[in-house]
Amino acid sequence: MTLAHLPVLVVVVPLIAAPVTLLLRRPGAAWGIAAAACAFSFAAALLLAAEVAARGPVSYQIGSWPPPWGIEYRLDVLNAFVLVLVSGVAAVVAPYAWRSVAAELPRDQVYLFYTMYCLCVAGLLGMAATGDAFNLFVFMEIASLSSYVLIALGRDRRALLAAYQYLILGTIGATFYVIGVGLLYLMTGTLNLADMAARLPGLQTTRPVLAALAFITVGVSLKLALFPLHLWLPNAYTHAPSAVTALLAATATKVQVYVLLRFYFSVFGLQLVTETLPMPEILLALSLIAILSASLVALWQADLKRLFAYSSVAQIGYITLGISMATKEGLTAAVVHLFNHGITKAALFLLVGGIALRAGRAGFDRLRGLGHSMPLTSIGIVIAGLSLIGVPGTAGFISKWYLVLGAIETGRWWLAGFVVVTSLIAVAYVWRFVEAAYLSAPGKRTPAPGESPPVMLVPAWLAVAACVYFGFDTSFTVGTARRAAALMLGEGP
Amino acid sequence: MRRFLVLRVVGKLLIPFMLLFALYVQFHGDFGPGGGFQAGVIGAAVIVFYALIFGLPAARRLVPDAVVESMVGLGVLLYAGVGVAGLVFGGNYLDYFVLGADPVSGQHRGIFWVEAGVAITVSGVMLKIFYMFAGRRRALEDQ
Amino acid sequence: MSVAGHFASHYSYWITFVLMVAGLYIVIARGNLMKKLIGLSIFQTSVYLLYIAPGKLIGGTAPIVAPAFKVYSNPLPHVLILTAIVVGVATLALGLAIAVRIREAYGSIEEDEILAADRDGGERV
Repeated sequence: MTLAHLPVLVVVVPLIAAPVTLLLRRPGAAWGIAAAACAFSFAAALLLAAEVAARGPVSYQIGSWPPPWGIEYRLDVLNAFVLVLVSGVAAVVAPYAWRSVAAELPRDQVYLFYTMYCLCVAGLLGMAATGDAFNLFVFMEIASLSSYVLIALGRDRRALLAAYQYLILGTIGATFYVIGVGLLYLMTGTLNLADMAARLPGLQTTRPVLAALAFITVGVSLKLALFPLHLWLPNAYTHAPSAVTALLAATATKVQVYVLLRFYFSVFGLQLVTETLPMPEILLALSLIAILSASLVALWQADLKRLFAYSSVAQIGYITLGISMATKEGLTAAVVHLFNHGITKAALFLLVGGIALRAGRAGFDRLRGLGHSMPLTSIGIVIAGLSLIGVPGTAGFISKWYLVLGAIETGRWWLAGFVVVTSLIAVAYVWRFVEAAYLSAPGKRTPAPGESPPVMLVPAWLAVAACVYFGFDTSFTVGTARRAAALMLGEGP
Repeated sequence: MRRFLVLRVVGKLLIPFMLLFALYVQFHGDFGPGGGFQAGVIGAAVIVFYALIFGLPAARRLVPDAVVESMVGLGVLLYAGVGVAGLVFGGNYLDYFVLGADPVSGQHRGIFWVEAGVAITVSGVMLKIFYMFAGRRRALEDQ
Repeated sequence: MSVAGHFASHYSYWITFVLMVAGLYIVIARGNLMKKLIGLSIFQTSVYLLYIAPGKLIGGTAPIVAPAFKVYSNPLPHVLILTAIVVGVATLALGLAIAVRIREAYGSIEEDEILAADRDGGERV
């Protein structure tokens, strides 16, 4: 009986955990509830992914109202995969938050942190699970509002400004999305995504539908930080508490990418997006600029957290580059990179949070000689950095490999070259860390020898291990991504 | 504000009726416009009104911060609890059909508790927002 | 149909459109954090109109089935927008709360002054 209700429980358990943590008011109890809820969601997401892989899409009717009248949760290969990523990262970050949050936040705010954490996770999971366009908006706002709060909890006063800017841009993005959904609702009379897709053919070249596509594209692009709509991201990631940065960098933008994929390929359809409109060309151009400019800007950052924040913008460019190809290899690359980049960034920001705990912040002046004072953290960053670059044997290589395959398949050799060359810029910015940590003598601001506490180091190293593991065993990631790509291109499940 | 006798007397006279109106909006939501959201806002407005006349500290004594914060959580829990009750009685999440002897009374019962949860949370949130903003201005002036 | 007639028959869309652009313009053009939030609210309000206006049928009544009525308005847009209004209220409250905190931390809610304050060595960790 419980198994049949998993599609909704995966979202509802963190959602119920949020008010419980609020009522408990004690940091320890709140942390326990939050971590348990995230662990439950992760287990549920894994079961669901297995179920979907074995038996095909799962549908759940909220309140037993049949779709399209009621809200339907509909899981297929693609969003079950996203659920696994989000809940997995949330479950790894939650134990880490125990020490990290205690160190970075006043004690009387800690239980509120876990309330917001649960809400954010529930919102992100809900966005991935739901099959209803307006329900998606509600979950988008739950996730966004809680993440504005989480970012504003950062110690630095600039965290407030970053949260404010994110709030303004994020709300514009969500409002654009809801305008697009409104136009689609006017034309089709339904909010259920599957039903909408069934009614759209024949309306596809009407002006409201084209406007809806434009509004949804811009709105979601704002939220997923596609160049040039990424301006909120570096500040938000830099000034947020470490645990928040790790969670948001690994999941928030990825779920938005999923929303874009869902609307492009499941609702509007391949023909409208790629043939009637020049969306691939637009996405391609923006992705190329994003990769190039953000990677170059990352090179000059004085703070490791900010460097990786800019690198996130570049990596999102690789994901949208895969989407712009709109071929099986390209979409496989996009979905695989969505997952691989998620775990890579989680590993990096978790480790950087450990440095912030020991050194106050992760400015490069404090990283000198870090290889000796924090050896496990440093080697972890190097390994995850290799995954960021895309060195064979790491998860990052797999996604770059499919990206290059996709480029060659569509006959664009220059694009394959571009991917390889821009990876060299990633080498350069990861090298900056290696140079500071291993090739410089310890400066006066380098932290004294000693690792971050095990409760932080172990989750971080789990993420690092995942970066390496998914570089060798690709049956889960690539296998799922290929099936998701086939699904999106309408080649059957 | 303590000096304004008329305000205080009229306020004391009005407050019970405002509360009654909040309850009316809450329970008449089944048959006409109304429901938990509106009722919650009206209920919170009563306390805000009280605070405007008798001062924020008096309102905070009447409805302490801890109560307000628990209201925020309890209402959501009540709403979610109705959903879980649907699961327990063998339906789907938020399934009201199974909550009563027949589907219609089940729907009635389900929406009743959901609206109760909404009212509690909304009035809690409104009061929390009011307390936060009103209290903070005081803190700034004290400096 | 004449241009004026076309305009008049779509007037609710024009109001929506003007509110939308005005709100967005305020958000972009103003440097005052409070004014930005006001603009954001106007922008969101336009969306409420976008949903609600088409949901109303002239002569339609509330969707309670009764033999006396044949035409009903669609209630769904209203319900959706009730949700969106709640989201808007939450966003505005959070935005104002952050603006108040910014004022306490920087002593200003003018964007250029805040950015200047950070440039002059806002390093404070």
